[in-house]
Amino acid sequence: MDKDTKASSEGKRPRASRREFLRKSAAAVVGGGIAARWAAVPGVHAAGSDEIRVGLIGCGDRGTGAVDNVLQSAQGVRLVAMGDVFQDKIQASLQELQKLGHQVEVPETRQFAGFDAYEKVLAEDVNYVILTTPPGFRPWHLKAAVEAGKNIFAEKPVGVDGPGIRAVLEVAEQAKSKGIAIGVGTQRRHQTGYLETLKRLQDGAIGDIAAARAYWNQGPIWVHPRQEGWSDVVWQLRNWYYFTWLCGDHIVEQHVHNLDVVNWAMGAHPARAVGIGGRQVRTGPEYGNIYDHFSIDYEYPNGVHMMSMCRQIPNCENNVSEALAGTKGFCQVNKYTITGDKSWRFPDKDNRPYVQEHTDLIASIRAGRPYNELRSVAESCLTAIMGRMAAYTGKAVTWEQALNSEESLMPFKLDLDQPLAVAPVAMPGQTPLV
Amino acid sequence: MKPYEEVIPGTKVKFEMLPLPGGTIHMGSPPEDAQASPDELPQHLVTIQPFWMEKTETTWDEYDLFAFSNDILKKKREGVNLAQQQESEQQADAITRPTAPYTDETFGFGREGHPVINITHHAAMEYARWLSTKTGKTYRLPTEAEWEYACHAGSDSLLGAGIDLNNLGDYAWYRENSQAMPHPIAKKKPNAWGLDDLLGNVAEWCLDLYDKDFYKSFKPLLPVVEPALIPGAQKYPHVARGGSYDDTSAHLRCAARLASNPDWSQQDPQRPQSIWWHTDALTAGFRVVRPLEEQENLKGVRSQVKRND
Repeated sequence: MDKDTKASSEGKRPRASRREFLRKSAAAVVGGGIAARWAAVPGVHAAGSDEIRVGLIGCGDRGTGAVDNVLQSAQGVRLVAMGDVFQDKIQASLQELQKLGHQVEVPETRQFAGFDAYEKVLAEDVNYVILTTPPGFRPWHLKAAVEAGKNIFAEKPVGVDGPGIRAVLEVAEQAKSKGIAIGVGTQRRHQTGYLETLKRLQDGAIGDIAAARAYWNQGPIWVHPRQEGWSDVVWQLRNWYYFTWLCGDHIVEQHVHNLDVVNWAMGAHPARAVGIGGRQVRTGPEYGNIYDHFSIDYEYPNGVHMMSMCRQIPNCENNVSEALAGTKGFCQVNKYTITGDKSWRFPDKDNRPYVQEHTDLIASIRAGRPYNELRSVAESCLTAIMGRMAAYTGKAVTWEQALNSEESLMPFKLDLDQPLAVAPVAMPGQTPLV
Repeated sequence: MKPYEEVIPGTKVKFEMLPLPGGTIHMGSPPEDAQASPDELPQHLVTIQPFWMEKTETTWDEYDLFAFSNDILKKKREGVNLAQQQESEQQADAITRPTAPYTDETFGFGREGHPVINITHHAAMEYARWLSTKTGKTYRLPTEAEWEYACHAGSDSLLGAGIDLNNLGDYAWYRENSQAMPHPIAKKKPNAWGLDDLLGNVAEWCLDLYDKDFYKSFKPLLPVVEPALIPGAQKYPHVARGGSYDDTSAHLRCAARLASNPDWSQQDPQRPQSIWWHTDALTAGFRVVRPLEEQENLKGVRSQVKRND
């Protein structure tokens, strides 16, 4: 378990009964300036109902997948509201959920399109929101959802720049004080094989960790070239992966999974990063301004280094893995194997981590002990951001520099019709460290 | 019929095809076999017409040409005028290729010379259709009956001619000797008909939709000629045969049947899920066959799976 989860289950916060949870959540809703309607939903038993009413914010393929996951994760879960910038995404998501056999009752009155859709979903009678828009928006959505007193499942990454992560770290603390549960889509933290392996590492199975490797080298993902009639903003949203302000670049959006595993095993985040990266193959305008490869040397406070690589180029050597060398052994974390004094291999079948992460979160809510893994995942996201900044600028970047960065990537103003130039591709040695 | 080597047109990638005579076997398990699962019963007679079977499991070397459009990229590099190629090449180029995989499709098990893993039934069917278009020959997945027939290699024994539990390790990678990973093709002894890794290494897609009661629809004493349960638009369940590197010997029997299910994609977080790549089928691959004369009910059969169905 990550340290935040441990902290709450060890009782740093007093254990609250389910009744207390309901009361607190309702109070939080009122405190957020929104009517506390959900305690009296028709068809639901009054006080004491522990029905989970899900609001989906971000109705792409992953958001739809997360709804499929949550609906399988526990009894008494319903999807009741949906929001996305684009109405067609809501329709496609609804259709897919119906094909998957779910009884989804989201009438048009609870479907919201536009940039303010998230506010409208939060104003509905929901007590569990799924945040699956492009990651650039995540800090704002997390903040609004905590203010509205909603329990949250947020996809990773939870931010794409220093200001965003600072906001998220504040939100994480607010959520704790309000008793709000937050799960984040780093599903390896809910995957049996990883949990069993990490438990052994924390029990000293390989001694002290002396070096680490983390890789996500694979081919490219989808791309949506610009279509006629799409404004700058519409195109960038629909092709969000390729714009740093929305995606964070693939080191943040994808490789964060592996960096998170090493941080988890180290019980710490790196203090400093030096790295290289570039855009060697994916150079066309449809690929926006992100890089196609990074290689980062991270240094932890205790002097241990982590070699990190990520690449999205086809027909190259693939490798998606995490490995740790310790003073008494070696661990190939993703293969769940330990070799050395205490050799071991995970003997069982894995669980279904994308369902389990909701099962765990809902169980914590219903037990009145809401867990909150936002801080540790935010730190892993900042680890990735720090690596990106090092590669983009060519400079060594410390944790403090990344955290206190003044570089906010989000455009100051955003509406669908406005012109929005693609920011220039970062050039090491020229792009300033801000 | 003779053995032959197929060089995939426009490339240096090749694979071997071995001729198998027609014949009749007992398909399914004898009732006295304690390891037989109910879906292997009742045992019934099946008649198979001659066909060729790929000597080895299909490797990434072959599959990558299709999956990552490496055939087309190569032609572009060589300056081929794609619009002026012969018709078969133009048609093959036009076949939709897989979308990008969600993660490392080899799972660190190796690429060159290694069997394909973790691809869907639809993907294997479409690969065979691409290969057929390119070569002008009918390549497809084996039917369950053809696969089982090839495994028996002319005998009625449970593991095929000459193979038993004492020497299984000479012929197959399975849980006892695999170190929990698939191995490069053809490192063990071939079976009596020259086919490598039929048992173990990776389980192999068959063409058929899986039905646990399929055998019950036949009259045991009347040979069924070329049975096949033709797949439709559904994504599951399809048959995979032979057991894998991760299985115990109980699954490495000619008659043992494995059915795919949605857990094979449980780590695909998107909906709709990929129709090309599984995420949790690290033990399943395939090989192709070529009928001498295509059976009537399989003419024109192709995968009906679509992303949004």
